[in-house]
Formats: sequence, structure tokens, C-alpha cells
Amino acid sequence: MTTQPVKIGKESKSIFKDKVMQLLPDGGNLNACLTCGACASGCPATGLADMDPRRFLRMAVMGLDEQILKSEWVWNCTLCWRCIYVCPMKIDIPQLVYHARKSWPREARPKGIRSSCDMALTSESCSAMGAKEEDFRMVVEDVLEEVRANQPGWENLTAPINKAGAEFFLNQNSREPVTEPDEMVPLWKIMSFVGADWTYSTKGWAAENYCMFMADDENWERIVRIKAKAVDDLGCKYWVNTE
Amino acid sequence: MQLYAQWIREGRLRFNSDWNRDLKVKFTAQDPCNQVRKTYGDAYAEDLRFVIKKAVGEENFVDMTPNRSNNYCCGGGGGALQGGYPEARRSFGKIKFDQIAATGAAYCVAPCHNCHSQIHDLNEHFNGDYHTVHLWTIICLAMGVLGENERAYLGPELMQVGL
Repeated sequence: MTTQPVKIGKESKSIFKDKVMQLLPDGGNLNACLTCGACASGCPATGLADMDPRRFLRMAVMGLDEQILKSEWVWNCTLCWRCIYVCPMKIDIPQLVYHARKSWPREARPKGIRSSCDMALTSESCSAMGAKEEDFRMVVEDVLEEVRANQPGWENLTAPINKAGAEFFLNQNSREPVTEPDEMVPLWKIMSFVGADWTYSTKGWAAENYCMFMADDENWERIVRIKAKAVDDLGCKYWVNTE
Repeated sequence: MQLYAQWIREGRLRFNSDWNRDLKVKFTAQDPCNQVRKTYGDAYAEDLRFVIKKAVGEENFVDMTPNRSNNYCCGGGGGALQGGYPEARRSFGKIKFDQIAATGAAYCVAPCHNCHSQIHDLNEHFNGDYHTVHLWTIICLAMGVLGENERAYLGPELMQVGL
């Protein structure tokens, strides 16, 4: 739990907090804290990195920008929104955390998140694990062939790829095709059983988007646009984010 | 998830929980922050329970406390799985681990990839005795169509069910 007292200098100004307030509807209510502590008491990240949501907000209000902007706690917080959900004043602490993430120099942000984001930018598959468009097609076709050959009753199972005009465009987290492809099969069986008109796509098939976690707005948007375009190009009605 | 619920209501997706009538294997569910609290709200959480109860039996579902929009994050969100602070991530997740353990359920359904990875990892790390499953696994299990190779996340008690 937090034990260190917070020291406020004479010249402190809430530059960071004010900047974030300008970006949020109603300024994210960042000046409205009643210091009740509902946020901190219900936050699983309370106490990590000697920080909690109330402390983070209060420090921002007091202008301790330097301290909060270098706090690693912004990467321990999962942006889960439980703090704003229970807050009587609906203070947008998650956005404050998000913008603190954004203030970190790109190369200083966690390497794992950064490399997952960068990897997704290397092809139009958008896969954070680096599986390309044709890798995905090959895995899907291989697994499908095996199920058809070895599972009685599923000789006609399908897993369409790039089927224009399908009703549902399904994405898939990279973990399935890359490390546990058999986990895709139950989903195909369900889709087949209900007679859904669906398709995968080689472009934009990967569900994850680590650039969002990176607080890299430009590349977050770039990835979403690649995927949305893939859905539009195939003329699909629904974009389904799978489990 | 919403489509599963819709298709069950429309009668297009048909299965029941007969397989679990005598086994009485208990299930709980993680309400993913991004799907429940942050996007669709409690209506989504109700649909999730509707689908799970259909598959495992009403009497074999045990809720965590707190739950639905009030649920705790598992600790795998916001990039934490790749965030490079595994100790903090697991310390965060200890609340989730304790919540699941308190239900006594043998399985936790996690209909979100981040949650699935994190909750699975928490069990390994804290030497728990629950299993972590996708929704599609228990649906196909209840349909009697879950293949032999599609059981990576099932425990021994369910390994042979419906084969």
C-alpha cells in the first residue's frame, strides 16, 4: 500500500491535467474529486508501484506532473474502468492514465507492447504475432482438411476465406492460428451448425490491436482502418469480434 | 457471444446440459471488462449467463462476487500480458484468482482472449485447481461435437465426455 507522503513544490502547475481536460468531454470531470476513495478501494492495481487511482488523480490535480508522468503504474493499470464506474463524480481516471502512457517516449514504453504493435504494422494481416495473410490461409486450410478427413460427420465443414458478400466477417486472435489452431474448429462447427453465412479474410484477420494499448493513436487508427476496409471490400454486413 | 445467445433463442443453435446432469461439474464466468462494463453493460452479462447455463445446467453455474459491471478486471487487459511487469500483473490478478477459488467451480469460462490467457496463467502461477475455457468449447461439448484435439483446456473429468 502507499506509504510515502506526497510533497508539493511551490511552483507546481497542473499542466498535464489541464491538457487532458481540454481533450475530454466535460473535461473528464478531472476537477471534481471528492477524495472518497471508492476508486482506490475497488482497484486491483491499488498499491502497485506505490500508486492507486485516487493518488494518481490527486497528484495530477496538484501539478506533480513530473512524478506521475514517470510512474510505471500507468502500465500496471489495465484501463478496466472500474474506478470511473464506481466514481460518484464520474471522473475519467482511465483517460488520464491513457494520456500519461502517451506522454512516454515511444522507445521507453514497454517493449512487449511496442513490438506487438510494430509487428502488426508489418503486414495487412495486422497480426501482432507476425503471421502474414497467406500464413493464416494455409493454417486454416490445413486444419480444415484434417477435420474433414478425420472427424466423421464433418466431411463438409467449411471455413470460408475472402468470401465476398458474406453476412459475417469473423476475425481471430493470432494465438489460435499461430499456437493452437485446433481451437478454431469449435467455432467453425457452431457457425456451420446454425448455417451462418460467414467468412474470414486474409487481410485484417487478426483481432488484436496492441497499438491501442501502446497509446499510439496514429497506428491504432491505421490498424482499425485496414481491418474496416477489409470488411467493406468483401461487402460483409457484420464485423464479428470473436471470443 | 451475443450471436450465440440470439441463435439459441431463435432455435438455430440447439444443445442442452444433459451431459452434466450426473457429472455436476461446476462453472463460473469472467465478465470481460471490455465487453460488459466498457461496452454493452449488464445485458451482455445476462446473455453470457444464459448461454453458459444452457450448456452446463442452471444448477451448475456459480457466480463470482462481485460480478457483471461490478466485476474485477482479471489483470490481463490494457496490454498487461505483454507489458513486461509480470509480478505486478499477477499481484493484480490475485483478486481474480481468489474470486474464482471462492466459487469452488472447476471451470472458469472466459469469453475474451486477454482474460483467457491471464486467468489460465493465474491458475498455473498460484497453483490453483480450476480450468479456463472458451465459450465455444463448452458449446461444442454440449452439442456433442467437440473433437479429440479440441480439448486442450479441459480437465481429465471432461476429456472423454461425448467422444
